[in-house]
Amino acid sequence: MLDQAQTDFGRTVDRMLGGAGTPHAVRAWARGEHAAGRAVWGRLADAGVMSLAVPEAYEGVGPLPVELGVAYVAAGRHAVPGPLAETAAATVLLAALAESGTARSGQAAKDWLPRIADGRALVTLAAADGGPYALDADAADAVFAVAGEELWLAPGHGPVQPSFDPARRLARPLPGGELLARGPAVAAAAAHAADWAAFATAALSLGTGLALVERTAAYVTQRTQFGRPIGSFQAVKHRLADALIGLEFARPLLYGAAVALTSGPGGDAHASGPAGTAHASGPAGTAHASGPGGGALASGPEGGARAAVAAAKVATGEAAYTAARTALQLHGALGYTDEYDLSLWIRKARALRSAWGSPSVCRARVLAP
Amino acid sequence: MDLDLTEPQSAFRAEARRWLAAHTPAVPLPSLETAEGFAAHRAWERTLAADRWSAVTWPEEYGGRGASVIEWLLFEEEYYAAGAPGRVSQNGISLLAPTLFEHGSAEQRARILPPMARGETIWAQAWSEPESGSDLASLRSTARRTDGGWRLSGQKTWSSRAAFADRAFGLFRSDPEAGAPHRGLTYLMFALDAPGVTVRPIGRLDGKPAFAELFLDEVFVPDEDVIGEPGQGWRIAMSTAGNERGLTLRSPGRFTAAARRLAALWRERAGEAGSDAGAGARSGAGAGAGVEAAALRDRVADAVIGARAYELFAYAGASRLAAGGSLGAESSLNKVFWSELDIALHETALDLLGPHGELSDAAEDPDAPGPWSDGYTFALAGPIYAGTNEIQRDIVAERLLGLPKGRR
Repeated sequence: MLDQAQTDFGRTVDRMLGGAGTPHAVRAWARGEHAAGRAVWGRLADAGVMSLAVPEAYEGVGPLPVELGVAYVAAGRHAVPGPLAETAAATVLLAALAESGTARSGQAAKDWLPRIADGRALVTLAAADGGPYALDADAADAVFAVAGEELWLAPGHGPVQPSFDPARRLARPLPGGELLARGPAVAAAAAHAADWAAFATAALSLGTGLALVERTAAYVTQRTQFGRPIGSFQAVKHRLADALIGLEFARPLLYGAAVALTSGPGGDAHASGPAGTAHASGPAGTAHASGPGGGALASGPEGGARAAVAAAKVATGEAAYTAARTALQLHGALGYTDEYDLSLWIRKARALRSAWGSPSVCRARVLAP
Repeated sequence: MDLDLTEPQSAFRAEARRWLAAHTPAVPLPSLETAEGFAAHRAWERTLAADRWSAVTWPEEYGGRGASVIEWLLFEEEYYAAGAPGRVSQNGISLLAPTLFEHGSAEQRARILPPMARGETIWAQAWSEPESGSDLASLRSTARRTDGGWRLSGQKTWSSRAAFADRAFGLFRSDPEAGAPHRGLTYLMFALDAPGVTVRPIGRLDGKPAFAELFLDEVFVPDEDVIGEPGQGWRIAMSTAGNERGLTLRSPGRFTAAARRLAALWRERAGEAGSDAGAGARSGAGAGAGVEAAALRDRVADAVIGARAYELFAYAGASRLAAGGSLGAESSLNKVFWSELDIALHETALDLLGPHGELSDAAEDPDAPGPWSDGYTFALAGPIYAGTNEIQRDIVAERLLGLPKGRR
């Protein structure tokens, strides 16, 4: 599904993060000490990851959602702390509003996007789709907030609210600050940015789930009971196999969503002659209308990019959560401890599941007409 | 990464769509698990073959179109979207034919494939035995060397399609002295009406004779009907088993079409009852109705998501095959996923139909579930055949996750 360059890019980011000491950075981040985490972000920026959502006009290379997905799966696999999804979403939002052009939003894009692209700035975003909190506002250089049809650069944030995942530090943006844009364009751009946030969260979820399954496979292979590795027991094998199956079938949905996002705001990746619109969703057993010829593969998501992202979010979120439950169960009491690093991924899987669209909200989007 | 079709692929798909629109029977055929339905489905295979649509990936000399795997997936999408009949020749086309392409002789391909493509010879599989299911290598039926061929004896069971089919293929123990159970097996083909063969049809859950027991008593098979080298049957059969589990048996078109119909059914039901979550609560039906509607909505969405996932997964696999790769243990991921998706999808449809959901496909009431009921019965077998899902999970755990082998 991915081409060779995309696969190689993912491997490069993954290898780089493997040597970045992320568990230590995550634990420090959870205490509000951000230096180690910022260093990991610096490495991501050096690898080009932070420029993937930033348009060329602002010194980026994007938007490249497939590559961003690949990199964020690696970030999830290594539990990189920080507002990765929010930075990507804020980037898309600022770029979109700069195009639709008020002076102030244009200036905000010029101020922030080049600094995001090269890793100098870490920003976060609160918007209706993602709930009232801005993730890691205490670590961010800028807190953006969408309220209805207004985009604000918030003057600060309220107290940090602890999350089930202590490395996710939630705080409400303070009201007021600088009004960057106003009007219907803000709501449309915010919806598109929320899709990017959900997509980025899905990629982080997939990486989180993969890490949980890999770590658990290694553990059950070396842990011995009744004179045999517990991984030789079918009850253990089958549970882990099911976790892997969930992740492997979530993966194509993630990259399918990336392709749908490539076509831009409100886009439909299949607009060039989609089977998805060509097949009538009419009564059972009837033939489909003869739509425009050519087009993209297969049935296609009927609701365009939003539905494709929602499908990926449900599938990755559920699969990663299943992987977390499986990892916890198969590690026994060890998995239930804070001090064993597995906890970093177990807690993240739970939090990412409901970030930027709960499973139920996303399922409704999949079926939205 | 590229999800777009090439010009020739789009043209191929358009041609398939046009042909299917012109030829798909307006009224569904009777169930292929009945004598009448089997004959009707055999005739449909002839219609497909007349325009080279019965086995599109085969070379033209055998009745195919030399289509790529991607084109085959496109054909299948169109096929199921058009509501075209089930494929009575599936065992032959998706299990035996790939084996012949890989291990058979040119003479065998020339003799066997064209009548298979035309539906003149319908094939049944003969793997399982009463004492050999998941542990297939323990099988006891024998092939004994004789002048010019072999004599088959023993008992086969759960032989799909065998109640009405013409010929069968399977594994037989040709060398009882071989060192290990999976050695000394030979892959043979035989006629179901040959002297010494007795076929006893078995009713599946809904009573239809979808499979059969085969009793073999000194059945003569000429040497020309041995596939590959005698004694190499296990290795040859395992390449076929990969086909059965992986891409070929269950193309995504079947699930994407069913998921689309399920979503349509859900919209229709939600519209009729005014019972989407919000409306249910507002209309005074009580919060319970709204919650139930939301729960059903989630299951419908999961079916749609699952079908889309399977479709994208299949196209990714096809791209790898086209690039010269292979599927390997990945086919076990596939098999668990599609078989569980199939059941969940049909269960959801029957639940949406409420009190009508329990009616069989034979019920004539206008509210009866019709194809959903038959599809449900069909789906229930999925986790059992082609290697049970327990065996598949063992394969996933051992070959993809590297867990140690253990007692089954």
